[in-house]
Amino acid sequence: MEIFWYIIIAVVLAVFFILDGYDFGTGIIHLFYAKTKKDKEVIAKSAGLFWDSNEVWLVVGGGMLFMAFPTFYASVFSGFYLPLILVLWLIIFRAIGLELRSQFEFQLWKDIWDVSFGVSSLLLALFFGIALGNIVRGVNLGGVENGVSVYEGHYFFLPLWDSSFSPLSETPGVIDWFTLIIGLISVIALAIHGANWVILKTNSSINNKLKSVIYKLNIVLSGLTLCSLIVWQIINPNSLDNFMDKPYLILFPIIYFTGLFGLYFIKKMKKEISGFIFSTLLILGGITSSLASLFPVLLPSINEVNEPLTIYNTAASEYGLSVALNWGIIGFILLFVYMIIQKKIMGGKVDKMDYGH
Amino acid sequence: MEDMLFYDRLQFAFTITFHYIFPQLTMGLSLLIVYFKWKYLRFSIEKHNNAAKFLMKIFAINFTMGVVTGIPMEFQFGTNWAKFSELTGGIIGQTLAMEGMFSFFLESSFLALFIFGEKLMGQKLHFLTGFLVFLGSWISGWFILATNAWMQHPVGHEVLENGRFVLENFSALFSNPWLLPAFLHNQLASVVTSSFVVASIGAFYLLINKQPEYGKLFLKTGVIFGFVSSVLLAFPTGDWNAKNVAKYQPAAFAAMEGIFESEDAGAEIVLIGQPNMVEKKLDNKIAIPNILSFLTYQDWDKQIPGMDQFKKEELPSNIPALYYSYHIMVGLGTIFIGVMALSVFFLWRNRLYRSKPLLWTLMFLVPFPYIANITGWYTAELGRQPYLVYGLLKTSDGISPTVSSGNTLFTLLGFVALYMLLGLLFLVLVAKTIKVGPKPQTH
Repeated sequence: MEIFWYIIIAVVLAVFFILDGYDFGTGIIHLFYAKTKKDKEVIAKSAGLFWDSNEVWLVVGGGMLFMAFPTFYASVFSGFYLPLILVLWLIIFRAIGLELRSQFEFQLWKDIWDVSFGVSSLLLALFFGIALGNIVRGVNLGGVENGVSVYEGHYFFLPLWDSSFSPLSETPGVIDWFTLIIGLISVIALAIHGANWVILKTNSSINNKLKSVIYKLNIVLSGLTLCSLIVWQIINPNSLDNFMDKPYLILFPIIYFTGLFGLYFIKKMKKEISGFIFSTLLILGGITSSLASLFPVLLPSINEVNEPLTIYNTAASEYGLSVALNWGIIGFILLFVYMIIQKKIMGGKVDKMDYGH
Repeated sequence: MEDMLFYDRLQFAFTITFHYIFPQLTMGLSLLIVYFKWKYLRFSIEKHNNAAKFLMKIFAINFTMGVVTGIPMEFQFGTNWAKFSELTGGIIGQTLAMEGMFSFFLESSFLALFIFGEKLMGQKLHFLTGFLVFLGSWISGWFILATNAWMQHPVGHEVLENGRFVLENFSALFSNPWLLPAFLHNQLASVVTSSFVVASIGAFYLLINKQPEYGKLFLKTGVIFGFVSSVLLAFPTGDWNAKNVAKYQPAAFAAMEGIFESEDAGAEIVLIGQPNMVEKKLDNKIAIPNILSFLTYQDWDKQIPGMDQFKKEELPSNIPALYYSYHIMVGLGTIFIGVMALSVFFLWRNRLYRSKPLLWTLMFLVPFPYIANITGWYTAELGRQPYLVYGLLKTSDGISPTVSSGNTLFTLLGFVALYMLLGLLFLVLVAKTIKVGPKPQTH
């Protein structure tokens, strides 16, 4: 039952990063590449119409994590206190940026909210990547000093950074050079994803240019991916054990590399959706591979004193999990119906759609 | 430790108070939108459709604010109340996750369709999307109240040796005797808020003589909905909730009613007075004898235990705040019934649209239902203190063990600054929407 809920929550969060990921990416593209008034308008609209229904996936994923793995939820949310609150603030700035820009016609007003949308999208992409990096690297569970836990073994608290900036420190912070690399990977992957979304959903004048942007970013992404794999080996020599033991898990890295490889052919793709599919694979593969390498661990411990958090030592009761499965299935069927209805009515390019304000 | 608890509570109180400005309007407003949309389907008068679409614009602004201030609420369970989350997540995680699953997906999917899809769908489907938005927002209220009901009157669980609460009976969470009265009272209160808002917009349009046909429509609908909902708010739902408090949280009941000493016979009802915590009495008291006993137990002489009957640690931690919250709520609720009854009477006599004093009153009364709603919630939450889960888990045992008070103060200040900005932008946007008005613009 724990495994079941683990998979459900992983899927919900992966869907969140795929859906809201294109909003973050659209924000990054908007910040750097949208120059004309019309492009700014439609590119913001391609995110503005969808961000709130995409963000619901985060709320639902969070709620499910709370229900199924309460100890993990409590430990991670209080341990990453500062970065999480920063993420909340950025989410607010992102949202009001999108919602407010078209409320008044004068340019200065639009510029303010465009920057709010763009910068907060960029930082959100970075922070979510850094968060993934932290999960993979592990934390000093129990706040161990000189071999003694300061807190209960499943609690910790991370400063934003440790003076050494190194993942090899005994008390690494949220930001170190390893998590920063993962953060950059996230920014670039989501920028590619966002560019594909803009190509798919708009007729902006920079659609062709974006294809070469994607191509270039993809080269950088390949380099960073290689770099992160090497660094990861240094930090944790056992990082590939899961893939050796259970070879079917190699499927997930294959998904990632299919996406990465496919995007090299972005300029030759006939259908606009192809690029978007490959960047979706990229994000899906990236998240699932990271999780698969840890499974069944949710958060590794970097000290010898305390056990890592796993799906077994943080889960709610068997009864609770099985009751929740019943309503969960009903909920997902309903959700599927909504999505089909929404797709039928709101498909196609957004240029002509009414923003509603 | 004291500081940590204080800042954690202050931050939660501040963020939830600010957050609840928005959902209390959207829940009630969605009912009025469905009503206007239904009128349009039935009678095909363009005015009703425009009214529905106009109110949905106000709804959408509130919805956005509700979403962005709501996510911090969910996060804060983990960030600031980690121990509480760890111990009770197996129970309240159920209701909170269900809220996301059954309410937010529904609400956000169909809100977008209502706003963008009228031409693409036809009128019947458009009505249906409006109805689904209404349903989504009320389901959300239901699950939040179910969560709160469990904290007020915990049922269906077992406490393990390590202090963890484990779910024993899922359906008990929803048949909790606390839930239904609290839910109805809360939803009616949100209908009161939105009726006042709609009536206030109507009064404003009439006073400045702008789009008066909509002014009249909003005023009429607002006062009728407002009258019915404010009466139902007091009786039966308010009464029902007070009886629940008397039954399940007698110490909180004594404190909120301001009964310091038990009397031999029936208890009086306090209208005005200030709790004097040193001398353990009410200063400047005006009270009517025996009424409280009658209202609570339908027995003039029934004894009601005062605060002297409870140990200090069983009593709510901030008695004056609880007492004032409750009395402000009840006092305002009584005023609402009076004003709305008068307005309906004037409407019936065809004088409402011309009565300047009443129009002014209705226009300026709009902040007060918000205050009544929020003090109502304060009554529930302060009454539950010093517990998070009534009788079982102390508030001081629920905070995050690793987050220092300095960090919480930092984030609290950040939230205050950010929410000031949000509040300002919210007012600007609503004012702009009201300025444009419901009449379709000709480009």
